[in-house]
Amino acid sequence: MKIRSESFQTLAREAMEDKRIQQILALVGPAIKAARDQAFKALDDPEGLLARGRDIRERSLANLPHLLEVLEEKVREAGGVVHWAETPERAREIVADLARRAQVRTVVKGKSMMSEEIALNDHLIGQGLEVWETDMGEFIVQLAGEPPYHLVGPAIHKTVDQIADLFAEKIGGPKKESPEQLTMVARKYLRDKFIRADMGITGANMAVAETGTIVLFENEGNIRLTVTSPRIVVSIMGIEKVVPTLEDMTVILELLPRSTTGQKAATYVSLLTGPRRGDEKDGPEEFHLILLDNGRSRILADPDLREILRCIRCGCCSFVCPVYQTVGGHSYGWVYSGPMGSVLTPQLIAPRLARLLPFACTQCGACQEICPIKIDLPKLHLALRSRFVEDPDWEGGGTFLDRLPMKLGAWFASGPGRYKMASWGARLLEKAISPTGSGWLTPGPVSRWSRKRTVPSLARPFSKRWPELKKQLQAGGERT
Amino acid sequence: MKVSLFIPCLVEQFNPAVGEAAARVLARAGARVDYPPGQTCCGQPLYKSGHRKEARKLARHFLEVFDGAEAVVAPSGSCVRMVKHDFAELFRDDPQWRDRAAALAGRVYEFTQFLVQVLKVDDLGASWPGKAVYHDSCQVSRALGVVSEPRSLLSRVKGLELVTMNRPELCCGFGGSFSLQFPDISEAIVEKKVAFILASGAEFVITAEPSCLMNIGGYLEKQNHSVKAVHIAQVLDSR
Repeated sequence: MKIRSESFQTLAREAMEDKRIQQILALVGPAIKAARDQAFKALDDPEGLLARGRDIRERSLANLPHLLEVLEEKVREAGGVVHWAETPERAREIVADLARRAQVRTVVKGKSMMSEEIALNDHLIGQGLEVWETDMGEFIVQLAGEPPYHLVGPAIHKTVDQIADLFAEKIGGPKKESPEQLTMVARKYLRDKFIRADMGITGANMAVAETGTIVLFENEGNIRLTVTSPRIVVSIMGIEKVVPTLEDMTVILELLPRSTTGQKAATYVSLLTGPRRGDEKDGPEEFHLILLDNGRSRILADPDLREILRCIRCGCCSFVCPVYQTVGGHSYGWVYSGPMGSVLTPQLIAPRLARLLPFACTQCGACQEICPIKIDLPKLHLALRSRFVEDPDWEGGGTFLDRLPMKLGAWFASGPGRYKMASWGARLLEKAISPTGSGWLTPGPVSRWSRKRTVPSLARPFSKRWPELKKQLQAGGERT
Repeated sequence: MKVSLFIPCLVEQFNPAVGEAAARVLARAGARVDYPPGQTCCGQPLYKSGHRKEARKLARHFLEVFDGAEAVVAPSGSCVRMVKHDFAELFRDDPQWRDRAAALAGRVYEFTQFLVQVLKVDDLGASWPGKAVYHDSCQVSRALGVVSEPRSLLSRVKGLELVTMNRPELCCGFGGSFSLQFPDISEAIVEKKVAFILASGAEFVITAEPSCLMNIGGYLEKQNHSVKAVHIAQVLDSR
């Protein structure tokens, strides 16, 4: 997937001008938020569940190397093969090699952000394979040739009518009107792919170390077919997604669907432990687990940023983020969008391409408030901002001239005499630019700010008014 | 109790009337109000734009000015949050200043928080005829957990009819340097906020945060809406 994060401003502007996108964003976010609140309210002890979830994720990270070793051992014991991939390139090669070796021609896929992260589809198609997304939303964006719009709702930006047109164009047949009919079209079309597929590829909502089990949540049943019908199944998982025990898994099982779509439970939960055993009727002949690092161990070792690895990919931070709700998912220019994406993207791709993202945040804190794991996303955004500004390893630091305005500002504001001098100077300048006191500071960045907003005029400062005020307070019998 | 007024830059430079109102209200509520001279900026804009080294410079100056204060009160949630919580992050590798920041943090209050939690007042004898909505500024409500305090103070204001709006907690899109770096996005967000304010039928939108006040108020003014944005200190000061 082509990275376009550096064009965030342009992409955002396009999305803001797109009335249809704006209508959809205005509907979807609040609806999901309401459903989510309802689903948590229905619990006996929502706070207890959230606290357990946080604890599990934190414990898992604290113990990650050990848990991964246990997981590897258990997957092997169950007859599966574990592959370690440090980079997306390596992960892609592993999948392509497996496909080549087993003479795979058709691949069916469950929805997987990991596969987007490593740009797997393009690579496999380039190797001459036929690759099909089988999640309805992913299938739609695949047909449209677009990246997913949201972690959980890849096609939430498309109307029923657009999907109907797309299906009629790409699949053929008369244009269908209703979501039910369109689902039947996709179902029928994909059923044939499932039957022909030699390889099924999935992501993983998590893995359970103690049993070597891959856990997959879904609502459509396509993952179930993906992992039972083909000869070979490959699951690709980020190394941070492991939890210690099956019991821990059940906590995330309660949390994730509630946070994602406001559902009490996912419609289907698949637990994959190795390939088909001798006495079993279905399941793959081979099971492979690819554990991808792609910068995650570096993040884990970074105390300022490691918290993002707690993320369980529910995507609810986007639905409450005022920026995401205004610019939509594609503006972030890569796989992950919204508040969590703005933290993860700069750490997974070349940082300079994503340096705008952590700044595209009002620090409102709505994401942190709704996050089921209570990740302090605003703080992570600030940490990244300081990396980009101050840390040479992040191409920060800038030139002396870049930093001069801030240095000057800090110098003027760090002493009372200088601060007064700067205030006085600003007032002189205001008078010179705008004798009537309106339109102050309109050049430069403020001009765009003030297109629809008045910039207030400078007033006689409080500090100068204080002596009179103090007298008034004393005269009024108030103590000062 | 002696209160050291902490006047945010936006109040000092653009809206000193908010500071004056806050001082009068605090005095009326029984506090001995003082304004420590030499105060400048707490460093929030620098911290939030990633310039921590420069922010530390201002934070050190702030801590020197307010050293030993009994209570520091500001009519702004974001500036209070900066001093109360973010100084700790800023000085995490500097034990000396970290300790000084920690020593002050517990004595720094947002204006309405101080009135209700410390001075234990809610009726200030204020009068403000009209229909109003209260905008929960992110830096007052989410950052400091101050949600009920302003409402309880406003409920005692004579003549004031407090109505509700859709999503009072929705960010107004200011975000300091965010609004300068992404003015289009900021503008689109404040438009949504204002739509909810207008739909409430209120004549006033009240907030406890000078930055939201400038953002929402500036939009209302330039778009010629009759709704006025006011700081809660001004409402509580009116008689």
